[in-house]
Amino acid sequence: MKIPIVYNVRSLARRPVSTAMTALGVALVVGVFIAMLALANGFKMALVRTGSPDNVIVLRKGADSELSSGITRDNAAIIAALPEVAAAADGAPLASPEVFVPMNVESAGVGEAQLVVTRGVTARAFEVRHGIRLVEGRMFTPGRDEVIIGTAIAPKLAHSAVGDTIHLAGRGWLVAGHFSAGGSAFESEVWGENDQLMPVLRGQVYQVVAFRLRDPGQFDSAKRALENDPRLQVDARRESEFYASQSTVLRTILNFLAIFITGIMAIGAVFGAVNTMYAAVASRTSEIAVLLTLGFKPRSVLASFLAEATVLALVGGLLGCLVALPINGIVTSTTNWSSFSMIAFSFLVTPRILLEGVIFAVVMGVVGGFFPARRAARVPVVEAIR
Amino acid sequence: MALVTIRGLSKSFQRDSQPIVVFDGLDLDFAEGSFTALMGPSGSGKSTLLNLVAGLDRPTSGTVTVGDAEVSAMGPGALAEWRARHVGFVFQSYNLLPVLTAYQNVELPLLLTRLSKAERHDHVMTALGVVALTDRAEHFPRQLSGGQEQRVAIARAVVSDPTIILLDEPTGQLDAKSAAEILELLQRLNREFHKTILMVTHDPHAAQAAGRTLHLDKGVLTA
Amino acid sequence: MKYFPLVWANLTRHKRRTVLTTLSVALALFLFASLRSVITTLHAGAEVGSESRMIVQSAKAIVFFLPMSYKERLLAVPGVQAVTWADWFGGVYQDPKNFFASFAADAESYLDMYKTDFTLPADQRAAFIKERTACIVGQHLLEKYGWHLGQNVTLQGTIFQGDWTFTIRGVYHATDPAFSEDALMFHYEVIYERYPRWVQPGWYVLQLKDPALAQQVAATIDSEFKNSTDPTKTGTERAFNAGFVTMWGNVSFLMNSIGMAVVFAILLVAANSMMLSARERTNEVGVLKTVGFSDRLLFGLVMAEAGIIALGGAVLGLGAAKALYRPTDFSAMGFLPGFDVTAGTLALGLGIAVVLAVASGLVPALNAARLSAVQALRHVE
Repeated sequence: MKIPIVYNVRSLARRPVSTAMTALGVALVVGVFIAMLALANGFKMALVRTGSPDNVIVLRKGADSELSSGITRDNAAIIAALPEVAAAADGAPLASPEVFVPMNVESAGVGEAQLVVTRGVTARAFEVRHGIRLVEGRMFTPGRDEVIIGTAIAPKLAHSAVGDTIHLAGRGWLVAGHFSAGGSAFESEVWGENDQLMPVLRGQVYQVVAFRLRDPGQFDSAKRALENDPRLQVDARRESEFYASQSTVLRTILNFLAIFITGIMAIGAVFGAVNTMYAAVASRTSEIAVLLTLGFKPRSVLASFLAEATVLALVGGLLGCLVALPINGIVTSTTNWSSFSMIAFSFLVTPRILLEGVIFAVVMGVVGGFFPARRAARVPVVEAIR
Repeated sequence: MALVTIRGLSKSFQRDSQPIVVFDGLDLDFAEGSFTALMGPSGSGKSTLLNLVAGLDRPTSGTVTVGDAEVSAMGPGALAEWRARHVGFVFQSYNLLPVLTAYQNVELPLLLTRLSKAERHDHVMTALGVVALTDRAEHFPRQLSGGQEQRVAIARAVVSDPTIILLDEPTGQLDAKSAAEILELLQRLNREFHKTILMVTHDPHAAQAAGRTLHLDKGVLTA
Repeated sequence: MKYFPLVWANLTRHKRRTVLTTLSVALALFLFASLRSVITTLHAGAEVGSESRMIVQSAKAIVFFLPMSYKERLLAVPGVQAVTWADWFGGVYQDPKNFFASFAADAESYLDMYKTDFTLPADQRAAFIKERTACIVGQHLLEKYGWHLGQNVTLQGTIFQGDWTFTIRGVYHATDPAFSEDALMFHYEVIYERYPRWVQPGWYVLQLKDPALAQQVAATIDSEFKNSTDPTKTGTERAFNAGFVTMWGNVSFLMNSIGMAVVFAILLVAANSMMLSARERTNEVGVLKTVGFSDRLLFGLVMAEAGIIALGGAVLGLGAAKALYRPTDFSAMGFLPGFDVTAGTLALGLGIAVVLAVASGLVPALNAARLSAVQALRHVE
C-alpha cells in the first residue's frame, strides 16, 4: 500500500511560503548551473565546430598554436603535393596555406584596440575549411586591399560594416563582406587574401597549411609522411582535435568554475531543503502516526517524504530551467589564450544541459530529504493515541 | 479593600459576521488577600474574564481596575510593563519554555527588572524554595513530572512578588495527588504570604480550596 | 546582555537547523568573497606597474617585433631616462600544462630598469650577466619545480623552434606581491644569434624622468613612428597591464551576477529557517508576553537570533576565504597572481550579512511583536 503522492503535494501547498522559498533556492542553483554549463558549452562548440576530422592542420614542429608557427612557401607546396591530400574539382590539391596573426583592431564604441585573428587565405580555403558562407556583401577582390569579417566579431569592431574601411597593420582595408562559419571560431576572425596580407604581416611565411584528406582513414599515413620528411620539420593533427585542444585552458577554467560555484551553492540549497523537511516532519508527527495506525509501513512513510522532498526540488529545478533558458544565444566574448585573440561565442543551452540541471535538482532533493524522511519513518505509533 | 474592581464590563467577539457576546455589563470586586475560584461550563467566558483582568485582552466596554491601574485603558506597552510587575499567570498546560531550565524559566519575569544577577538569583531560589523544588533548578521541563512543572510555573508566577496571581485551570492536566499538592501550595501562598489569587477552574474539588467561589454561566454571575 | 541566554537557548533548541543555516550563510559568503576577489585581483593586476615606466609595443599587434634601431631614437626622446627591451619566449617545460612565463631581455639594462621591484643578490646578478646561457628564475618558480642554483633547465620553444637549455645562475624575490615570481629570464643574445635576420625586440621599456611626462612621451613616440613600417603603441606600464585585464571580457559582470544569485539563494535559506523557528514558537511568544515581555523586546529577541546566525556565518565564511587563498599561494594556474580577499570585500561581505539578518528576521520579528498574547496561547502548531 503506497501513500498517495497527492498527500505530499497538498502538504507542500499548506506551507506555501516555506515551500516557495526552498524551491526558489533550488531554482537559483540550477539556474546558475545551467548558465555555466551553457557558457562552457558555447565556447567548446565554437571551437569544436571549427574543426572536422577529415581535415588536417599542419604547423611547424613544436608550435603549440597557429600563432607561433611558420611554414615557407616551398614547404607549403611540398605538403600540398602529398598523395593523401584530396583533389578539388579542377584537379588541384584541396590544400589551404594560410597566414595567421592576431592584429590590433579598434573596438566599437570604447575606442581601445583589441586583438583579432587575421587570416590570410586563398580561394581554396573556402573549400577546405567547412561551413564558410558569405552572408552580406561579397568576397574580397584578389589583388585589392579588401577583407571580409566574421559575423561574431563584426559588431565588436569599429568601422566594420560592409563598405567601411577598417584599419589593420597600419593600412586601410575595404570591408567587402561578412561571413558566417556555422558558429565556429572562424566567425571571430578577419579574412583577407594571402598575397595581400603576407607582406604586411610577418613576412614570406605561412603559419598553417590545412588540407582535406582524400580518405579520413588515411590520417595516420599522412601524418607519418609529413613528420618524417626531413625537409619539413612539421607536426600534423586532425583539424577537429587541434581546435579542441586550443580550447583546453579556457574550458578547464570554465568547468572548474562551474563545479566550484554550483557545488557550493548546491550544499547551501540542500541545507535549506533539509531544514524545511525536518520542520515538516516535526509538525506532522500526529499525521504520520495516524498513517502508521492505518497500516502503512514505515518504509512507505520514508518513501513518501522522500518523494515530497524530490517533488519540491523538481519544481525548483524546472523553475531554474525556465529562468536560465533566456540566456541561450546571448553573445559574450573573451580571450582565447592559445591564439591570444578575442573570440566571441554565445551561451548554448542544449536539451541535454537542461536535463542535467533537472537531474541535479532531483539529486539535491533526494540528498536533502533522506534524513528527514528517515526520521518520519521512525515516528512511534504511540503519537497517534495522544 | 477591593484590589480588583470591575464595572460594566462587556466583551464580545466577531466570528465571521456573527457577534458573540461573552458577557455584558459585569460588576465585580475582588478583595485584597482573597482567594477566589471562578467556575462555569466551557464557553462561559471565565478564561476571557481572567485575560481581561491580566490585561491580555481589552473589553468591548467597561472598566477593569487593579490596584491603582486602570488596566482596561492602558496601551499595550504599558500593559506589558504592568504585567511584568503586578501579575503572575499560571496556565493549564504549564507553558514552561522547554529550552530553559527550571531556574531559567522562573527567572524570566525578573529579566524585565533592573535587578542584578545576584539579586535575581536570590529571588529565584526563594521562589523555588516556596514550591519545594530548589534541588531541580537545573533540570529541563521534560525531566519533570506534570505536577513539578506546574510548581515551577507557580514559582515563575510569584518570583517578582506580583500584586495578583491568576490561574487558568491549574489542575486540569494533573492527577489527584499532584493536584492536591498544587492546591495546598496555593492556600499557603494565600494564607502565609497574603497573595490575592483568582483561579478559574471547573473542578469543584479545586474550588473548595478557595475562600470564595463565583459561578459564571452565559455571562451571568452567580455567587 | 542578560537576555542572551534566552536567545542562545532558542538557537540551540534546534541545533541542527541553526548549524545548517549558519553553514549556508558561511558557504554563500565564502563564495561571494571568492568571486569578488577574482575581480579585485584582476584590477590589482591592472594596478601593478610603475607610472614612471612605459611600454612601447608594435601598434600592429603584440606579436610583431620592433626594429633594434628604435633603441637610440627612444633614448633621444625628451623625458626618457633609460631604455631596455625584451621578447616573449613562451617556452614549454616538459609538459604544456606546466605553464610559466619565459622571456629574453637585454639583461643589464632590464635588471636596472626593474631594480625597485625585486631583489637579486649581487653575486648572482654578476654570474648571470657573465654567462651567455644563464638565466634567472623567481623564487616561487624555483620552489615549484624543486630546482636549485646551477641547475640546467631545458625549454621547448614554441615560437623559436627547438630545445633551449639554460643554467640557473640567479633567483630573484619580488618585493611586491603582484609582481610575478613565476618567471624565467635569459639573455636576448641567445635568440638573436640563432635567428639574426629575424629576431628583434618584442617590446621596449622606458624609464621616465618624471611620471607626469607620460602622456607627452607617448604622443611623441607614437607620432614619430606612425607612418613607418613599424608603428608603435606607447603607454604606461600600468595601462599595459590593464590591457591584459580587459582581455578577460565580461568576467566582472559574470562574477557579479553569480555573486548576487548566490547571496539571494542563501537569503532564502536563512529567511526560511527563521520562519520555521518562529512558527513553532508562537505559543511561547504568548507566554513571554503574558509574563510581561514587551512587543519591542520580543522583536529584538527574534532579530538578535537572526543576527547571530547571519554574523556567525559571515565570520566563518569570510574568515575561511581570507585564510585559504593567500597562505596557500593560490593563483588560479598563474592567471591571478596575488589572489587575496581585500578589506573592501570583507566589509562588503559583512554588510551583506547585516542585510541578511534584517531581511530574514524582520517578518518573524514583526509577527512576534504584533501577535496578541491571547491568540498566541490559543495557537496549536
